[in-house]
Amino acid sequence: MRKVKSLVLAGLLAFAPALLLNGPALAQENAAVAAPAAGNESAAADSAANATAPAAQAAPAEKVAAPPRMRPTPGIGMPMPGEITLQKQFSPTGHTARWLHDVLLLPLITIISIFVLVLMLYVMVRFRRSANPTPSKTSHNTVIEVIWTVVPVVILLIIAVPSIGLLADQYKPAPKDALTVKVTGYQWYWGYEYPDNAIPEYVSNLLPRDKAEANGEPYLLAPDNRMVLPVGRPIKLIITGADVIHSFAVPSLWVKMDAVPGRLNEKTFTIEKPGVYYGQCSELCGARHGFMPIAIEALPPAQFDQWVMSQGGKPKGAGAATTAQAAAPSAAPSAKL
Amino acid sequence: MTTITADHHGDHAHEHHDADHKPAFFQRWFMSTNHKDIGTLYLIFAIIAGIIGGGISGLMRAELAQPGIQYLQTWAQFSDGPTATLDQAYHLWNVLITAHGLIMVFFMVMPAMIGGFGNWFVPIMIGAPDMAFPRMNNISFWLLIPAFTLLLGSTFVPGGTGNGAGTGWTVYAPLSTSGSAGPAVDMAILSLHIAGASSILGAINFITTILNMRAPGMTLHKMPLFVWSVLVTAFLLLLALPVLAAAITMLLTDRNFGTTFYDAAGGGDPELYQHLFWFFGHPEVYIMILPGFGIISQIVSTFSRKPVFGYLGMAYAMVAIGVVGFVVWAHHMFTTGMSVNVKMYFTAATMVIAVPTGIKIFSWIATIWGGSISYKTPMVWALGFIFLFTVGGVTGVVLANGGVDDVLHDTYYVVAHFHYVLSLGAVFGLFAGFYYWFPKMSGRMYNEFLGHLHFWVFFVGVNMLFFPMHFLGLSGMPRRYPDYPEAFAYWNKVASHGYEIMAAGMLIFFVNLVWSLVAGKKAEANPWGEGATTLEWTLSSPPPFHQFETLPVID
Repeated sequence: MRKVKSLVLAGLLAFAPALLLNGPALAQENAAVAAPAAGNESAAADSAANATAPAAQAAPAEKVAAPPRMRPTPGIGMPMPGEITLQKQFSPTGHTARWLHDVLLLPLITIISIFVLVLMLYVMVRFRRSANPTPSKTSHNTVIEVIWTVVPVVILLIIAVPSIGLLADQYKPAPKDALTVKVTGYQWYWGYEYPDNAIPEYVSNLLPRDKAEANGEPYLLAPDNRMVLPVGRPIKLIITGADVIHSFAVPSLWVKMDAVPGRLNEKTFTIEKPGVYYGQCSELCGARHGFMPIAIEALPPAQFDQWVMSQGGKPKGAGAATTAQAAAPSAAPSAKL
Repeated sequence: MTTITADHHGDHAHEHHDADHKPAFFQRWFMSTNHKDIGTLYLIFAIIAGIIGGGISGLMRAELAQPGIQYLQTWAQFSDGPTATLDQAYHLWNVLITAHGLIMVFFMVMPAMIGGFGNWFVPIMIGAPDMAFPRMNNISFWLLIPAFTLLLGSTFVPGGTGNGAGTGWTVYAPLSTSGSAGPAVDMAILSLHIAGASSILGAINFITTILNMRAPGMTLHKMPLFVWSVLVTAFLLLLALPVLAAAITMLLTDRNFGTTFYDAAGGGDPELYQHLFWFFGHPEVYIMILPGFGIISQIVSTFSRKPVFGYLGMAYAMVAIGVVGFVVWAHHMFTTGMSVNVKMYFTAATMVIAVPTGIKIFSWIATIWGGSISYKTPMVWALGFIFLFTVGGVTGVVLANGGVDDVLHDTYYVVAHFHYVLSLGAVFGLFAGFYYWFPKMSGRMYNEFLGHLHFWVFFVGVNMLFFPMHFLGLSGMPRRYPDYPEAFAYWNKVASHGYEIMAAGMLIFFVNLVWSLVAGKKAEANPWGEGATTLEWTLSSPPPFHQFETLPVID
């Protein structure tokens, strides 16, 4: 079922000068990130030659079957019919952000709107012409003017503290053991590449309606090839665009980052539970902007390694991965790229 | 604000003789230098553009009423010929969203608010005979005609995948450069250039008029709030539009002459365009709403029979909104990959705008407090404005949080937010102003029953149309999609029914408009009673062709 396409070398090579040129100007990149990302072409090209080199623990069996395609669970990682809230969250930042929205912002704006509505209804009834034929001439009241300036300032400060905290959280740099995946937006499909695992870029296209329905997957959310990620391990996405700006978005993981040609944007997050998490391109990118969906299939670490091997890749630090959420995964011997 | 009383010195019979000497038809309407006639032209233009822009949103809501592509392929045969492909149908969708945005912003709201009401009432409210530069006023209006023609014409020439400019009203590079071959985007850019030049000329005219031509005794701190709002708006236009002009000129040279301002391969950066665009684009949203604030202040004061509460606070709140509006632009770019410090700054700065906006909302309510309200149509629209603008404002506070915006950015939540502040804010302000000044402009009263009916049908319609979009956005539906997953079907259907109700409301408006122009009761000089204290109510309805040949003196 899973089709892996070989690296679109022509496309990437055409794009490489732009990446290299802009290396020093990358928005949030340090050199350590930029280097492997820009050097992917050669790493991937060499991977065929090095494929026979055995890694420490993982015997590179030629044919490892990919884990079966995970079936999506309704209500998990996708919108629900008639839904009026944010999608259920499956990442730590997602929980913090959703808390900020659901517990602080939404009640606050509801209360403010209702307060204004009640005030208005009161003055509309109380001061209608028949009830109050002679208008007052009051046009100043310093105390009340100070109050309605200061109270909003206080409310905004109350919002600002957790809001700034959330931003700081979202920008925590990825730890050393994070799994790096390079995401490239094309008109109109996505390309995913795993430099840590020497899996060359494969592309992810819209799954046609008949196939999506036959599979029990939501049409327009389901792509043919998913991005496969391990659960519990920090993920670092390096996101760029090949032609125009796209935006990589997965609402249930609180992820949205533009894929800008000539820039490498970084997004870090951790997935808490296995599942299929859907998203859609979120920056107008031309005719088929609405038809380049995103799906992340999050697997337990062991199955993720199995998937990596089924793609001809090398599981990085297989020992750590099999002991699942071990305390110090970075202690594992790292397979050389 | 103190009550303004005008002293008319001078012989009325004599004044009448001179003041009503109108030029012949062609000279009067095509070579006009009269601020009232030019204001009327602007209003007619805005109504026509509004019908087109609103009609386009009807096409979009019809297509979105249910999942799947219903009509786009049929429509694409009109714009792309009988062999139109599915991709061209999708491109047509992008053309529709682009046209709707540009038409409503540049050719409906701005001409109506600033060109229409601003031209009509700024000179009268400050006691001036006309604008400072009447001929420049004329060219400001007539530049809009080629601008609009270019934009509409761009729909019929190639723009990439299909005919027309399908870049969104933001015209982001590189979709608008390497992503859209063909002259359509060039025509759209040129259209923006010309519309921008028109607005800059208008802004210069308003600033000069307001600063130099106030009647004796009309100090800045006695000016009606509508004049204040237009003054602040004119400064925003003057400072913001040249930046847009620069940004889209660089787009043109990137497209046609091989420059690489926005192309990383040549050392440029696509995000430079976004910074320049939003440096204009954010003040632009205040350009659209500030005159509405001014109109609402006049109306609330008139129909409560009370002076505006906290006049100085109201005036300087608008100045503050204008100033802060220039330093918050990058909240439109929270997902472009800015650094954490930049994102924190723009989060904090954006939230600051809520403070002066809150001052305005509460001052309007305080103006009504203790008043003696008569529920004429303009007042009903103004009250609708205050509440709906509050709803649109508070969702803005949610979106201001950069961390929360990570999931809401470019979803229908944003669409709901800006339609609440613009489609329900600015447009309610426009209707309020239209009913308020209609007797003054036309000399006839509108139909009060139809005006109220228009309000209620429109109010129900737009809320049903835009409120569900919050839900769609929260559950993740991205903007600018011609088709969507089954899960979004329910609220989209509700929204499309909301559009039908809103359209019925517009029908009532046009019936009222035609009926009132033909058979409306003759309006007195001041139909609103003692609450209406600004200078336009001291003149006949309609005012003489030239007013204030003897300047009024303000106490």
